[in-house]
Amino acid sequence: MAEYQNIFTQVQVQGVPEMGMDDSGEMMEQRGGKPFFSTLLGFFGNAQVGPINLGLYGVISAVCFMIWFNIVGFSMLAQVGWSIPEFIRQLFWLALEPPSPEYGLSIPPLNDGGAFVIAGMFFLVGCVTWWLRTYQLAQQHKMGKHVAWAFAALLWLVLVLGLFRPILMGSWSEAVPYGIFPHLDWTTAFSIRYGNLYYNPFHCLSIVFLYGSVLLFAMHGGTILAVTRYGGDRELEQIADRGTASERAALFWRWTMGFNATMEGIHRWAWWFAVLTPITGGIGILLTGTVVDNWFIWAQEHNFAPMYDGSYGYGAYGTYEGFIGRSE
Amino acid sequence: MLPQWFTKWNSDNPKDIYGPAILVGTLGGAVAVAALLVTWGQPLATDSQQTGPRGTGMSVPEFDRDRLTPDPDIAKIITSEPILPQPGDATAGQFYDNIDPLLADLTVANYDRLVAAMQSWTGIPGLLTDDAADYQNTVAYQMIQMTQSINENWAGHVNANGVVGVTCYTCHRGEPVPSEIWFRLGPVTEGTEGWSSNQNRVTVQSQFTSLPSDALEVYLLDYGRIGVHDLEAHVAAYPSEEGYPTWQDTERTFSLMNYMSNSLGVNCVFCHNSRAFYDTEQATPQWNTAMLGISMVQELNNDWLVPLEDVYPPERLGPVFADAPKAACKTCHKGYQQPLQGTNMISNWPELASTDGPFYD
Repeated sequence: MAEYQNIFTQVQVQGVPEMGMDDSGEMMEQRGGKPFFSTLLGFFGNAQVGPINLGLYGVISAVCFMIWFNIVGFSMLAQVGWSIPEFIRQLFWLALEPPSPEYGLSIPPLNDGGAFVIAGMFFLVGCVTWWLRTYQLAQQHKMGKHVAWAFAALLWLVLVLGLFRPILMGSWSEAVPYGIFPHLDWTTAFSIRYGNLYYNPFHCLSIVFLYGSVLLFAMHGGTILAVTRYGGDRELEQIADRGTASERAALFWRWTMGFNATMEGIHRWAWWFAVLTPITGGIGILLTGTVVDNWFIWAQEHNFAPMYDGSYGYGAYGTYEGFIGRSE
Repeated sequence: MLPQWFTKWNSDNPKDIYGPAILVGTLGGAVAVAALLVTWGQPLATDSQQTGPRGTGMSVPEFDRDRLTPDPDIAKIITSEPILPQPGDATAGQFYDNIDPLLADLTVANYDRLVAAMQSWTGIPGLLTDDAADYQNTVAYQMIQMTQSINENWAGHVNANGVVGVTCYTCHRGEPVPSEIWFRLGPVTEGTEGWSSNQNRVTVQSQFTSLPSDALEVYLLDYGRIGVHDLEAHVAAYPSEEGYPTWQDTERTFSLMNYMSNSLGVNCVFCHNSRAFYDTEQATPQWNTAMLGISMVQELNNDWLVPLEDVYPPERLGPVFADAPKAACKTCHKGYQQPLQGTNMISNWPELASTDGPFYD
C-alpha cells in the first residue's frame, strides 16, 4: 500500500486545488494568487502552493517589511560605493548600524543611524501588523488565538530589543544592527559589556526553555511517528478517544522515566516552553543596562557565581617551552 | 541500456541488495578508518596548555603539527659573538669618516659586526653605508635607539619569561619593511558617519571581521580606554553620556582583543578568565605581560615610529592618510606566544641592549 507521509512524501496529492471554506460567502474576496502544485515542496509538506489570504494587515505588513528590506539593502550597497561585486563579497560583513550613542533619542543624521531609525520603524510596524494578521486569520477561522499569542511572545522580545530597551537606556544606539555578522557582534559585545550575560538568571531561563523546546519537540515528534502505525498520528481523535496508540506511547514514557504527558497536555507543554523562551529572554534583555550593569558582580552579590578558593597555582601549569616541546 | 536477459533475470530473482550493501559498506569503511588511525595515528592530534584552575576550561589548544614545528624564521637568524674590546682598539668614530655619534664609540670590529648583521636582518645590503638611501640610514639610527630603549625600558615585557630581548630581526625577519605593520584607515564604509563608518568592511586592521577597523588606532596610537565594564552591579549612567562605555566601545575592545589573540596564536583564556573578562584578580600572569606590551606599543608608535613620517619616501607611507607605518603585537609576535618562540636574540648584541653603550663581558 502506498504511504502518505510528511517530509519526503512518497505519494503526493496533486489534483484540483483546494480553495478552503467559503462559509460566509465573502472569504474568496481576500484570497489572491492562482494556486499551483510544486513537486519539490511536496517532498516536505503540502504540494499545493496558494492561494494566500493577505488581508489589509498582510498588505501593510508586507509593504513595511519591503521598505525595511530595501532601506537596509540600499544602505549596504551605498556603503560599498554602489559596487555590486563588492556588495556580494562583503554582504555578510555589511550592516545598517544604529546611530552613534551621543544622539540619544533624538533623530540622528541619515548617514549616522537616521536611516536605521526609519528602517527600524517600518520593521516594527511590519512585525506588529503581521501579529494582527495572525490574530485576525485565527478569528476568521473561529480558531483559538494560540498562534497569535505565541507570536506575541516573539513580538515582545523584538520590541524589547528595538524599542523598549533603547527608550529606557535613552539612546537609539542601543538597538541591534541590521546585518549578518554585525548583529552577532552586537550580541557578543552586549554580553561582554554587561559583565557576562550567562550570569543573568533570565538568560538562564530562556536557555532552559529554548533547549527544553527542542527536547520536547524531538520527544513528541518521535513518539507520534512511532505510534503512527496504530493511528497515533490522528492526535485529535486520540485526545478524545484514547486508543492503543496513546496507550503504548504513554506506557513507553512512563516505563522510561516514570512519568508521561497526556495526548493533549504535551501540546501545552510544548507551547509554554516555546512561548517562555522569548518572554524570559526579553525580561533578561530589558533588565540589562537598566537595572543591572554587571551581571557577574550581581551574581556574586547573590551567591550565584562561586569564587575559587586559594591560590591559582599557575606555577604548576607548565611553560611555553614545555608546550612547544623545547624544554631543556 | 542493460541487456534484456539481465533485466529479466533480475526481476525473476528479486533480492534485497541494499541492506547488505549498506551493512558491508559501513562495516568495511569503519574497519578501513580504524586501520588507518592505528597505523598512521591521529592526524589532527592536539595538546593544550593549561592557563587556569582545573574545571574552568582555561587552556590554549593547538594542533601538534603547529605546536611542535619550530618557527622557520629561527633557523634564519644571523648572529655573531661580540668581540671583547682590547685596550687601544680604535673606535669606529676614529677609523671611519662621517660616523653617527650613536655608534662612534664602538670598536671597529664590533661596529663592522653590527652593521653586517643589521644589513642581513633588514635585507638592505648597503645599510649604514653610503650605498643605502639617506632616509634608510636615518630610520636605521632611530630604530637602533628604539631597540635599545625596548631592551632597557621594556624588559618587563620582552624579558617577561627569561632574557630574550629584541633586535632588528625580531620584527624585520630579513625584509626592509617588516610584515604586519599597520596604517590608519579612516572611514571604511562610504557615505556614512560616526559609528556606521568605522566597521563592517573586511580589513586587515579588523582581522577580517565586521568589528571596528579603528581599534589599533584608538588604543595603540591614541591611548583610548580599553576597559568597558562597570565595577558595581548597577551604576546610574547612560550610553548617551560622554565617556560612559557602550556596547560599541565593547566591540572596539573586542576587535583589539581578537587582533591580540590572532597575533599570539592564543585564545581569550590565555590572559582572561572568560567568565569575568574585566576582573584582574581572575586574570592570568600573561595578562600583566600583555598590558605592558600595550603600553610599550603605544610608546613605540608615538615616540619612535610616527615621528619618522617626514623621513619616509611616499611609497612607504599609508594608503589613506600618508601616515608613517606603525607597529602592534603581530609585528613582532607573528602568530607565536613569544616572538621566534622565545629564542634569545640579545645575548650577542650588547650594542643594542641598552642606551648607555655596550657592556661586554
